[in-house]
Amino acid sequence: MLILRCPYCGVHADETELTPGGEAHLTRPGPGASDDDFEGYLFRRRNPRGVHFERWCHTCGCGKWFHAARCTVTHQVFGTYSAQTTEPPGAIIAAIRARRPDWTPT
Amino acid sequence: MPEGMGVSALPGARAGGLAVVREPGLQGMVSLKLDLTAGWAAPGVMAATGHAVPGQRQITRIGQGAVAWMAPDELLFFCPHAQADVLVAALSDALKDRHHLAVNMSDARVLFAIEGPGTREVLAKRMPVDVHPDSFAPGQMRRTRLAQVPAAVWMTGPQAARVVCARSVARYAFDTLALAAQQGGAVGVY
Ligand SMILES: [Zn+2]
Repeated sequence: MLILRCPYCGVHADETELTPGGEAHLTRPGPGASDDDFEGYLFRRRNPRGVHFERWCHTCGCGKWFHAARCTVTHQVFGTYSAQTTEPPGAIIAAIRARRPDWTPT
Repeated sequence: MPEGMGVSALPGARAGGLAVVREPGLQGMVSLKLDLTAGWAAPGVMAATGHAVPGQRQITRIGQGAVAWMAPDELLFFCPHAQADVLVAALSDALKDRHHLAVNMSDARVLFAIEGPGTREVLAKRMPVDVHPDSFAPGQMRRTRLAQVPAAVWMTGPQAARVVCARSVARYAFDTLALAAQQGGAVGVY
């Protein structure tokens, strides 16, 4: 069972209170992008074995979307953070590095 | 609908066992969406209602009313059912130049009371919430999942809780709470 702390209301929310939103920090190609780029944005997702960044919605709570960094193998949660960002904040990167010294952002 | 003509979702519904589950009747509820971090938010709410803005996940009572923190941009006011439109007008007037939304949600919702020694047992069976008295005490508001529907729950005493959810799922919510409250179903954790 996954428990994520919602950064908006502070609740330690059970997975069943949340809705998963898939991979985080996708970039939506702008006007003039190639079909290939847009297809990638729509359908191609990373599926890493290990550190992963995801979007979650506190559906049965405050209703806000937020981000989570966790390990897909162990379910270890490195931290959750605001949705109002395009990349993981430094504190989250530091928390991951502290526990996974061999990890490098991709 | 003329004042006093409203009908609650499940009038008189009542089931007993570990705790009594009942529908107390019509309850005024006004939802207010606004940026609670804005400097004008708290003075506007105070001017319209006399309520201070509660802290994160807090619910505070004044007289027959209460106000709860529901999200970083949402408050929920409780008042007598017939007063809800008056409260909406007061909020809309006090915040008229500000980006906000005040809506009378009374008849879109249902309120349940759970009372008795098994109250926390009943809640724990239906919600993924730590309802130990050290973690969940009167004054705290918790939005969560009640079996398969979203709900909000708060304690009104050591052995008494209130639950609010959408009126459209009132029967489902009442039945699942009543089932959790059946005599002989105590887990014995709380
Ligand atoms: Zn939340």
